[in-house]
Amino acid sequence: MKLEGKRLIWQEYQKEIADDHYFYARSCIRQTFFPGAEAVFVKILKEELGKDIHDEKHHTSCTGIGYHSDVVPFDTTMTVVARQFALMTEAGYENYAASCVTSFGLYTEILDTWHHFPETEAKIREFLFKATGREFNKPKNLAHASDIVYKFRHQIAGKAKYKLVDKDTGEPLKVVEHIGCHYSKMFPHKGIGGAEYPYVLSGMIEAWGGEVIDYPERRHCCGFGFRQYLVQANRGFSLSCSKKKFDSMEPYEPDMIITNCPGCPMFLDRWQYALSEMEGKTYGKGKNGIPVFTYEEVAGLIMGYDPWEIGLQVHQVPAEPLLEKIGIPYDPDRKFKGKNGEDLGMPESPSYLKFYADK
Amino acid sequence: MGELYNRLASDIRFVESLKACINCGTCTAICPAAEFYAYDPRVVATTVQTQDDEKIRELLGSDVIWYCGECMSCKTRCPRGNAPGLLIMALRGLSQDLGYFTESEKGRQQLAVKRIIGDQILSSGYCVRPDIVDPALHPEQGPVWEWEHKNLGPVLDKLGANYNGDGAGALRKISDSDLDELKRIFEITGGKERYDNIEAFSKLKADEMGLEFGTDTTSDYVQHIYTANNQKHNHE
Repeated sequence: MKLEGKRLIWQEYQKEIADDHYFYARSCIRQTFFPGAEAVFVKILKEELGKDIHDEKHHTSCTGIGYHSDVVPFDTTMTVVARQFALMTEAGYENYAASCVTSFGLYTEILDTWHHFPETEAKIREFLFKATGREFNKPKNLAHASDIVYKFRHQIAGKAKYKLVDKDTGEPLKVVEHIGCHYSKMFPHKGIGGAEYPYVLSGMIEAWGGEVIDYPERRHCCGFGFRQYLVQANRGFSLSCSKKKFDSMEPYEPDMIITNCPGCPMFLDRWQYALSEMEGKTYGKGKNGIPVFTYEEVAGLIMGYDPWEIGLQVHQVPAEPLLEKIGIPYDPDRKFKGKNGEDLGMPESPSYLKFYADK
Repeated sequence: MGELYNRLASDIRFVESLKACINCGTCTAICPAAEFYAYDPRVVATTVQTQDDEKIRELLGSDVIWYCGECMSCKTRCPRGNAPGLLIMALRGLSQDLGYFTESEKGRQQLAVKRIIGDQILSSGYCVRPDIVDPALHPEQGPVWEWEHKNLGPVLDKLGANYNGDGAGALRKISDSDLDELKRIFEITGGKERYDNIEAFSKLKADEMGLEFGTDTTSDYVQHIYTANNQKHNHE
């Protein structure tokens, strides 16, 4: 399909994204594996864009991973989500911003369920009141955090120090975008660009100077599969899904992968390591692998934030080749140091993937 | 129309997921699980549509309903707007309510999921926390994770988290009063009952298999179900 055709499809799937005053709900997985990404998101919104974002201390997990691994019933999950909405209401906010794609999909599913089954909403309101004494308003606007970065992508580009461009050739970097399945596969109209041609990350990549790679398995799941990764006996499923994507994108020689789901970057990063150890196979040039980033990290990078302050050292596939290609300076000696330069030791070098700590 | 079918039909996910499947197989074509496992979501939809309790009973005790990864790719592509992934969720719920999940190798894994993720939600307020991702159990996480896991406090501090701290921020400690609210929600809405069911039916199976049941993830039974793979789940 020609690019013009895709753009027409994208235009059919636009959504309203609030301009300011967000109630921010954090993600269990993003906090666990990429807490720097959430810190960058809050920093950019507050300090670079001057937006009001409420960081709520009382919210808990939405139970989404428990729900999608089927140990938590739907009524329980809906009531926990209703409690999050109550916290938003009590804090005086109407615009809900979810860091997690599983949560975002779940909120979307629950609001849709309540729309079609108002008696279920009434039941959940009763459950919540009985359990906590809380009441709630539904969000006027529900966005995934990537929607918000998409909305302000041009303002971010306007303040950026760097572009997704090869500093030597001036050519745009070739970027794979990977959208978390629950962002729009269930409810295409709730995602920017829909499910077949989601534009939320493509829009950022284009605005920041890169070129999006269109490869055959672009829409394939990363392979989390909830119980398929959580239980060790099932992990072959997870690994196989990621491998299918790597094999499909490899001929296009991507410089980087950008994701909007908290789990996907972890899997696409770690499974490259696992595949290299299992088969001696690496997917980037010179045994570098293909570095994988969250969209917040990429926004932070082009804004000129220090790579080790935003957390690129906790990625297994090294980011250094990309930093060098763009021309972003970094201090290799500080990569694995603590906040005040304290010595925290060093990870072991993988057998095949290139290791940059001892450069 | 049998009792099992009626119970399935009372699940709102079932109502939302199955409107006269036309057996086109689009769901199977797009399904990542169908590519990896000997799994065919079209057959699951067809079986449920027969409303034959004997066939549904067989599904509830089989490995088949545990192969789906709930990515919901099927929902996007189904020309009827159906969602076999949601149908699977209804089947899994019923299988756990009735105890049939312990009859299959993949179904038995639910106790491990309950003790790893389910218990974590109630004890910490998070589905996942860095301290529970033990590098010894997750070799695929690699040496950088192993290094981070050894240095969680200083690394998370550098990355702006509020690890186990009071107040807002990433990985903050969820207060006891917030956890109490979560527990009450689980008690009132059936979440605790689901957990108790998984434990009770799994205990019966552990006794039958002669394996120590325990109360955490280190027990012989959990270690068995967490790692057992009879290699009969994939395509020939």
